[in-house]
Amino acid sequence: MTEAPGFLGDLGERALVGTAVVRVRLPVQLRDLAKLPLEVAVQVDGAVTQRSVLDALERAYPLLVGTVRDRASALRRPFVRFFAGELDLSNAPPDDPLPTPVASGKEPFVIVGAMAGG
Amino acid sequence: MRGVRLLVGTKKGAFVLSADAGRRRWEVSGPYFAGWEVYHVVGSPADPDRLWASQTSSWFGQVVQRSADGGRTWAPVGNDFAYEGDAGTHLWYDGTPRPWSFTRIWHLEPSLGDPDVIWAGAQDAALFSSADGGETWRELAGLRRHPTGPSWQPGAGGLCLHTVLQHPDDPSRLLVAISAAGVFTSRDAGATWSPANRGLRSEGVLADPDADVGHCVHKVVAHPSAPQVLYMQKHWDVMRSDDWGASWYEVSGDLPSDFGFAIAVHAHEPQTVYVVPIKSDSEHYPPEGRLRVYRSRTGGGDWEPLTDGLPQEHCYVNVLRDAMSVDSLDPCGVYFGTTGGQVYASADGGGTWSAIVRDLPGVLSVEAQALP
Repeated sequence: MTEAPGFLGDLGERALVGTAVVRVRLPVQLRDLAKLPLEVAVQVDGAVTQRSVLDALERAYPLLVGTVRDRASALRRPFVRFFAGELDLSNAPPDDPLPTPVASGKEPFVIVGAMAGG
Repeated sequence: MRGVRLLVGTKKGAFVLSADAGRRRWEVSGPYFAGWEVYHVVGSPADPDRLWASQTSSWFGQVVQRSADGGRTWAPVGNDFAYEGDAGTHLWYDGTPRPWSFTRIWHLEPSLGDPDVIWAGAQDAALFSSADGGETWRELAGLRRHPTGPSWQPGAGGLCLHTVLQHPDDPSRLLVAISAAGVFTSRDAGATWSPANRGLRSEGVLADPDADVGHCVHKVVAHPSAPQVLYMQKHWDVMRSDDWGASWYEVSGDLPSDFGFAIAVHAHEPQTVYVVPIKSDSEHYPPEGRLRVYRSRTGGGDWEPLTDGLPQEHCYVNVLRDAMSVDSLDPCGVYFGTTGGQVYASADGGGTWSAIVRDLPGVLSVEAQALP
């Protein structure tokens, strides 16, 4: 998978307005914790961004608050990564619009636990 | 007594080990919260079927789980551990200021009398309390805001609050211990705190070995029938206080090493104390590769090795600070877990030992419950 600094500008994507249904794929640890399936669909009002998708996810499933983003800083936890297709969005600005395939529900926004030993 | 339940937290989940009052045949259930580190699992003294577990992960953060049925089923409760106000800074290992940052809950301490009241000790060091069974948490910020707070530095395991004691005769008196800040006590239910480290010496560690704060206290335990007496396993030194922490004196005596983490007091004999000596702060395993529990029947000073049933060669495990516990049956049961995944039990006060399980993930905590 490739890091994608500035990928949104390169692709010329724009945030979708209105209400979108976004698919979110969860790692097994969070599925076990919240008793959820591999993917959930969340309703996002307004621009579809990393922040708005995660806000919608946490509203729908409050058990996930603090597990993906740090409660105090609201930033991605260090060992959590975000992907859309093959694009690594982990370090993308949280208010940048997500790619159209994710915003349209064609592809999931993927949350993974970073690979590590131990 | 119906029997005994051992609540075991490990590096990859929690386990519940159950036996009848004979404590010879054990049932093992788990793992619960598989794959997560479980720093502590504990039951309410007021309602033994109400349990809490601290489930934590470097990936996904902190979750507190609660069970109402003795561990058969669990549900997450609140996990909003927010430092009160502007958190400020403490010192990092290199001596530079570092913002206080919540990582995990090391230790959960239920109230002795109220099943809805529980305290949680955090890394970075702070004390949280809940009055609704863990649904919501509030920081008792007077501790962290003690004038010495900005000078606190972490031990090797982090700046962790790992011990919480409630005085059995006065619920408003609390004691906490922090690595590596030391012991603090409160007489007003946690609103204000004072250091309680007089008599501790940390030579070669602190510029002033007798400093008010900065001591690497590993664990403090008490006995309900002698509430003024406390025992401490410090980084080095086994210590005792006869005045609820106002002063301490060393009772390491003839131990082969006074370094260690775990310490426990016999359920019926307040002068009978157990420790597991560890070789040194750089070699976290038993001296000579022989796993020995040491027992003092004199409140420290004179110690005897307990070896029957424990490996006496090639043993290089550690016993962590929350991984030793006693039950309240007669004779008293003593239990401990190792970083090698063994949980050892003695149903005769330490005279003989056997392994209940040998191959769990590394054990972080063991709590024994005698079931009425």
